[in-house]
Amino acid sequence: MSLTHQDVARIARLARIAVTEDEIAATSEKLNGIFGLIEEMQAVNTDGIEPMAHPQDVFLRLREDAVTEPNRREAFQSVAPQVEKGLFLVPKVIE
Amino acid sequence: MKWEVVIGLEVHVQLNTVSKIFSGASTAFGAEPNTQASAVELAFPGVLPVMNRAVVEKAIRLGLALDATINRKNVFARKNYFYPDLPKGYQISQMEQPIVEHGRLAIQVGEAEKVIRVTRAHMEEDAGKSLHEDFHGMTGIDLNRAGTPLLEVVSEPDMRSPEEAVAYARALHTLVTWLGICDGNMQEGSFRVDANVSVRPFGQAEFGTRREIKNLNSFRFLEQAIKYEIQWQIDTLEDGGRIQQATVLFDPDTGETRMMRSKEDAHDYRYFPDPDLLPVHISEAQIEAVRAAMPELPDAMKNRFVALFGVSAYDAALLTTSRATAMFFEAVASASGQGKLAANWVNGEIAARLNREGKDIAECPISAERLTGLIVRIADNTLSSKLAKQVFDALWESDLSADAIIERDGLKQVSDTGAIEKMVEEAIAANPKAVEEFRAGKEKALNALAGQVMKASKGKANPAQVQEILRNKLAG
Amino acid sequence: MINATLKELSRHLTSGEVTSVELATQYLDRIKALNPALNAFITIDGEKTLEEARAADAARAAGEAGPLTGVPLAYKDIFCQEGWKTSCGSRMLDNFVAPYSAHVVERCRAAGMVTLGRTNMDEFAMGSSNENSYYGPVKNPWDFNAIPGGSSGGSAVAVAARLAPAALGTDTGGSIRQPASHCGVTGIKPTYGTVSRYGMVAFASSLDQGGPMAQTAEDCALLLNVIAGFDSRDSTSLERAPEDYTRSLEQPLTGLKVGLPREYFAEGLSEDVAQVVQSAIDTLRQLGAEVVEVSLPNTRLSIPAYYVIAPAEASSNLSRYDGVRYGHRAAEYSDLVDMYERTRAEGFGDEVKRRILVGTYVLSHGYYDAYYLKAQKIRRLIADDFRKAFERCDVILGPVAPTAAFDIGQLADDPVQMYLSDIYTLSINLAGLPGMSVPAGFAGNGRPVGLQIVGNYFSEAKMLNVAHQFQLATDWHARRPVL
Repeated sequence: MSLTHQDVARIARLARIAVTEDEIAATSEKLNGIFGLIEEMQAVNTDGIEPMAHPQDVFLRLREDAVTEPNRREAFQSVAPQVEKGLFLVPKVIE
Repeated sequence: MKWEVVIGLEVHVQLNTVSKIFSGASTAFGAEPNTQASAVELAFPGVLPVMNRAVVEKAIRLGLALDATINRKNVFARKNYFYPDLPKGYQISQMEQPIVEHGRLAIQVGEAEKVIRVTRAHMEEDAGKSLHEDFHGMTGIDLNRAGTPLLEVVSEPDMRSPEEAVAYARALHTLVTWLGICDGNMQEGSFRVDANVSVRPFGQAEFGTRREIKNLNSFRFLEQAIKYEIQWQIDTLEDGGRIQQATVLFDPDTGETRMMRSKEDAHDYRYFPDPDLLPVHISEAQIEAVRAAMPELPDAMKNRFVALFGVSAYDAALLTTSRATAMFFEAVASASGQGKLAANWVNGEIAARLNREGKDIAECPISAERLTGLIVRIADNTLSSKLAKQVFDALWESDLSADAIIERDGLKQVSDTGAIEKMVEEAIAANPKAVEEFRAGKEKALNALAGQVMKASKGKANPAQVQEILRNKLAG
Repeated sequence: MINATLKELSRHLTSGEVTSVELATQYLDRIKALNPALNAFITIDGEKTLEEARAADAARAAGEAGPLTGVPLAYKDIFCQEGWKTSCGSRMLDNFVAPYSAHVVERCRAAGMVTLGRTNMDEFAMGSSNENSYYGPVKNPWDFNAIPGGSSGGSAVAVAARLAPAALGTDTGGSIRQPASHCGVTGIKPTYGTVSRYGMVAFASSLDQGGPMAQTAEDCALLLNVIAGFDSRDSTSLERAPEDYTRSLEQPLTGLKVGLPREYFAEGLSEDVAQVVQSAIDTLRQLGAEVVEVSLPNTRLSIPAYYVIAPAEASSNLSRYDGVRYGHRAAEYSDLVDMYERTRAEGFGDEVKRRILVGTYVLSHGYYDAYYLKAQKIRRLIADDFRKAFERCDVILGPVAPTAAFDIGQLADDPVQMYLSDIYTLSINLAGLPGMSVPAGFAGNGRPVGLQIVGNYFSEAKMLNVAHQFQLATDWHARRPVL
């Protein structure tokens, strides 16, 4: 398989990373090299193999429903790019 | 052409846990912006989700109530997309194997009952809120709501009219509040409905192309939006147009639906199992523990009311629209032994007064105990229906018992035979003309005499007794 | 004192030979002198360090000192530490001062250890050479032309150059073991789930694991005693009884069954690294170990499987860096999407962007089964290989990397060759097993070479025992670069 420039532009858009035309060309080449490596997997028959999502075969622990987090807005927002009246500001969202 | 409407609903039910689904931050509504957003909801680097047990238990509750399959192994997946109210850039949700599958919910439209199939209900986290008031042309983001646990309940496209859709939404609303898993507050967004609407020519097997109306937060808007949407789709098709699959918003001010700004890549969510969370395992024991703690469900209670208290199916259905109402009714019916009377009063005067004053049954000024006091006095003939109404009004305005009001206002119905006989004799003596007419066969004259007696008793004489004694005296 | 191990420093502090403040000052002076050339640290804050040291001395005076109270430690810049810039080697977090501390930082601070600073790393832990840092490449103290390895290159260099007696690192595909090997220090990646990931900036959640890097296996055991253990804030943290990782250090190796995977000694392994590993095996044999051949047939497949799974998880984990709540935000943008795209284009370096794109692609519609699911199935095959191998041996030995450290810039523009050099470390992370690197000699060009020890799940104490006995019999771990 081979990623076209359009493929790269599409995934960059999905990943919200701006790429210039020049970058697309250079990136496509590198990604195709990487996918050349990745494609080695396809030669292996994995029929009937259970996918492994996690190293340990254990189940999730559940916590009790209790409020344990204090309000730390001031500390958290001290590192924010832009806040006003306790809100994080972003360029206008249009629905 | 005759068109058939097809509707399926997706309902976001906020679970009434005290803390978030993946952190110990509070879920209380109405706090100052971002004061209930912990590092987990803010998606700070390195913080991790830890699952709230109550969410699983509440989901099982709904699953059992919907007579559904509860999946024993639950995997959380990440649904990836960028949006400022979604700080992680993904929503933790369930994709394959939702916790609840293949359920059913009965609805009643008029006299007809219908069963709507519930495809699935899955656990997920709510997003934050975008505030569009103008901050120098920018949008403000409040993440207090982010991470509030949701059950997304998806129905099959089984509804064929706006009325059925509303009935289903109402039945689900009743159920989740009945089960105590959701506060049901639609204004605060605790129960939000998305409606998938399509139309097709009658007799056509395939579904038409659907449009999804997002975020309807009242039953009235749900009905209006669907009605508008149906008409719009029919008009479009009859004008030779085609329906494009789309997501639309309902504007309550104009009563119209409009397309949301389309997101071209909105449908590539890149779901994959969340590596920060392990599978949730649900044991038989856990399911049985939830089952044992389940309240009696609305349908079962309705049937029981009919069998035990002899109320009509219609009345029983009304009584079970909320658990609080049903419990109120049952307390009164059991204590008074007067099921029908209790149903009449709860569905009648009580409902009307509450409705007029915009109150909930929980805020009813007359307790079940005090209403029982009134009903007992109606049943034992102490009060005529007219007097009962008077006592009811007094109960509403005071804390006194029915008996204390009867005593205070002297409203007791007179059933003492001696006293009534005396008044009857006086009436006979005072109205010789009427007596003569009656004896001449004019039945109506008796009513005039009875009226005189009632007047003399200031309305308190037992009317049936008055009639009986009058007849005896006049015959004698 | 600068060359002392943690064990020795602990003794000196206890005897009163040195105070924590004196010790911290010595290290700070050395950092000040050597860091400009080595670039091992991203952040140093002498005042904070000395404040912690004074508190440690006060605790000791009050009789409240534990074995590591007052001992200095450096943290890879991936562990959030309250009040310290936590950049993860990225422009994206260049202005991020963490408002909380990682579990391991809390543990070390509670043990009285003193923060020396925050070490350089490949951006978001993605890299094998430490060339991918926003703060510039880290130099290998053995040879300034050589890469130190990555991604925990700053931590490895800090220990190798004696800028710190020990440091914490993280290992997603070899990021503790490979720089330890290239810099001649000892490092261990514990069994997945042993060390809490809370507060550790995520790269690939199902593979990431923190661990210690120090001069000796014994020091690693002491540090592991501090940082390992259950944490309810990490759902993948395992609930196990605490263990003493030093408990088996002194056991003789008589009868130890050492497995040598055929595939680790095949084509691709450089001659000089093979020789170093072989001579280490001979040493262990002399110490009583018995050697058996084992097979890990799917080793080669660990590369494609890893380079699907890790980027997939990373692409999602790194979506939170969007310029809204913290971190970098582009100065100029036309609308919301433009703000996101520019912020992320400016904030991330090339390798991070590449991996995000790979991860986005393999998860995107229509490709999930062919890539992500396939990789997860291969992951199972790889774990099964190890399960079978451990039926025949106690530990597995092999090289850490095919060659000693390559030159800075040599592979910088060739991600495929760089990825291929991870062949001996990736499968350990995919399986979730513990692995470590122990200094074992030098390559022909004078650059250090490590021996990799891989254990079965939860066998860290056994691995540390093997390493410690090896270090009692050799002095590779005590060699130090001339600076």
